[in-house]
Amino acid sequence: MEFFTISMLNGLSYGLLLFMLSSGLTLIFSMMGVLNFAHASFYMLGAYVAYTIALFIGFWPGLIVAPIVVGALGALFERTCLRRVHKFGHVPELLITFGLSFVVFELVILTWGRIGVEFLPPPSLRGSAFTIVNSSLSGLHLVAGAAPAAMCTASDPAVHVACSQFPATRAFMMVIALVMLVSLWLLLTRTRVGLVIQSALTHPEMVEALGHNVPRVFMLVFGAGTALAGLGGVIGGMTFVTEPGMAAAVGSVIFVVVVVGGMGSLAGAFIASLLIGVIQTFAVGSDASLLSLAQSLHLKIAPGLVDFSLFKLSIAQIAPILPYLFLVLILIFRPKGLLGTREG
Amino acid sequence: MDAAPALAATRPVTRPAGRGRLLVWGGYALLLLLAPLVLPTNLDRSVLTQIGIGIVACLSYNMLLGQGGMLSFGHAVYTGLGTFVAVHAMLGIADRSFPVPMSLVPIVGGCAGMFFAALLGYVTTKKAGTPFAMITLGIGELVAPMVLIVPEFFGGEGGIAVNRTAGPPVLGITFGPQIQVYYLIAIYTFLCTAAMFAFTRTPLGRVLNAVRDNPERVEFIGYSTQRVRYLSFVIAGFFAGIAGGMSALHFEIATPDVVGAARSGAYLLFTFLGGATFFFGPIIGAVLMVVGFALFSEITKAWQLYLGLIFMFMVMYAPGGIASLLMMNVRVAAHRKLHRLWGAYALLALTAVVMLIGFSAIIEMIYARQYGSVGDTQAHFLGLTLDTGSAVPWLVAGVVTALGFVAFEAVRRRFAAVWGAVQGEIEATMTFKEPNAAVPEGGQAAARQANRGEP
Repeated sequence: MEFFTISMLNGLSYGLLLFMLSSGLTLIFSMMGVLNFAHASFYMLGAYVAYTIALFIGFWPGLIVAPIVVGALGALFERTCLRRVHKFGHVPELLITFGLSFVVFELVILTWGRIGVEFLPPPSLRGSAFTIVNSSLSGLHLVAGAAPAAMCTASDPAVHVACSQFPATRAFMMVIALVMLVSLWLLLTRTRVGLVIQSALTHPEMVEALGHNVPRVFMLVFGAGTALAGLGGVIGGMTFVTEPGMAAAVGSVIFVVVVVGGMGSLAGAFIASLLIGVIQTFAVGSDASLLSLAQSLHLKIAPGLVDFSLFKLSIAQIAPILPYLFLVLILIFRPKGLLGTREG
Repeated sequence: MDAAPALAATRPVTRPAGRGRLLVWGGYALLLLLAPLVLPTNLDRSVLTQIGIGIVACLSYNMLLGQGGMLSFGHAVYTGLGTFVAVHAMLGIADRSFPVPMSLVPIVGGCAGMFFAALLGYVTTKKAGTPFAMITLGIGELVAPMVLIVPEFFGGEGGIAVNRTAGPPVLGITFGPQIQVYYLIAIYTFLCTAAMFAFTRTPLGRVLNAVRDNPERVEFIGYSTQRVRYLSFVIAGFFAGIAGGMSALHFEIATPDVVGAARSGAYLLFTFLGGATFFFGPIIGAVLMVVGFALFSEITKAWQLYLGLIFMFMVMYAPGGIASLLMMNVRVAAHRKLHRLWGAYALLALTAVVMLIGFSAIIEMIYARQYGSVGDTQAHFLGLTLDTGSAVPWLVAGVVTALGFVAFEAVRRRFAAVWGAVQGEIEATMTFKEPNAAVPEGGQAAARQANRGEP
């Protein structure tokens, strides 16, 4: 039970991190029709910039400044490069962001080195947020912070006690993502700026006729989307690792999220992020395989097949490719994505 | 869109394929034939062989990107799986369980590429445009880890090594010497290039161009765009597989990175750099790709950074790639106006070199600091030894870059004005001729593309 709870929470926090990235990606896509291939590169930049800021003035200012820096870089890229190729069509737009991801990767290697940097969470976020104590005597407990050792050891050998800790960085990730989610929603639906953005999404000519500078709105949306990616990078880099491969590790997963959720659907991206986060986290913790499935069904397997690796393959081993399998299945059975409205 | 009509831009298309085309193809065959005689060392010949492989791979990629408007991020899946199946065929030939001559291994690879393209393409070609790109990326990510997950077939981390000389010799050809491999691959390269060019002239090839330009109208006249994309994808997979089979024959090993995302990215990058809008563009791209990986990586560690910057620059300023730049200048030359551009070109080159020297000095110094041994403050650049510990070289390099940039920008603006004037005059003569001299098919699109690429 505590394994399930902790895995669920881990999965949800990972899913929320994915949503921090895919929300910006979806917003940019639905507005400009550009799938920003370099989105994960901005995520990586967020982590590295925050690391550098943390070296000088500490983590907390970095949490604020790094997304702003990354967002400014994103807006600059939109202004100088993306806007220029916009008139050529969607393929060159995708190509220029592909080129950017290439250049950012090389620049990161150039500036911060080929091996990762040690980007640690601040002292207040180290350790665990809460501990679940599962005792066969008194059931489940929740203890804030790390549970005292006395609670996790049973004095009586007949009593089974297990403690599972939930790291504070993960909890922090969830809080930030939820705060961001709510404020994004409020911004889009309750403010004048959000109104302009929403209308520029569907009726750009009309918005322009009403006197709004639509290209500038695009630039701001692109900047905001990359800033969200940068914020995700600060938290993701601190929780996981900060290394040049981190963009590629998460990059293709967020594209899967966007396609699975339905191109351009923010709610779809939210559901798909959580789904993929949870599926991947549970898969990593499971060691079931075709062989164990066959054994539990009492099937007989030819001795020659037992040694074949496909049968011995555990779900944990195929966890990295599960999102892509999911993508293929969705495309076969529901081509427009979970909540998508159009077939591209 | 293709080499021949683009070369014959001013001639009506009804003329039978004449001397011009014979000259181009004859020259191509002669080049393939004579190249190893001019470059006699084994290293050169290995590079030439790789160029042949690269040409087929990039041309097959361009069937998707240039001719079908399908941006694939997973083309290495088909070349790579072709390589793996070809390697298994070679193992079979070696132990006599698969009795075909070694020279047919690329065909085996091609069939494998076609099979996997038929299987996976069913999912990818359901969509076009951006979703297509994302799905190919996903398929690529799906296949790459498979190679490590199923070591029985793919050989795990180390890959599978084979011996191409292990088969029975046919007509005395053992494939021991590199020259025999080169000529085999040259023959395949020539045949595949011809076949892929012929494909652009088939009804399917034509409809594929239409699907790229206006899918809606194609649907209206009764074609299924999905079917057209699917068939083209399968054919592109066949040629990709041939390239994979050839690389199995050349390298005698199949490693996990042949299906990796980096390989797919390289195909995309260099096909685009070479020029996706012309049939022969990817050939230029393939030469650049092999020469780049073999030579540029020796010159500077930062070559991938330069490559990425050049790529972005090309996407912004010359979306038709090198081929379109070439053809635009050929057009200017054909109208005898090239002499007006020489001065501007010389100035552009000069200022660009100044800017590049300053910029790359900075990059090389950063690299030396980042990857040199601790305490070593020397960076070697163009025969100079720069001391990265002091501020002087940094300042000088910065000033040179800035001055170069300012001068380049000034020259570029003047050049753009001259270029625009020249292009305007040419357009004027062309619209004047239009009623009688029909613009060749693809010519309009090429011209449109050419105008976009105005620097």
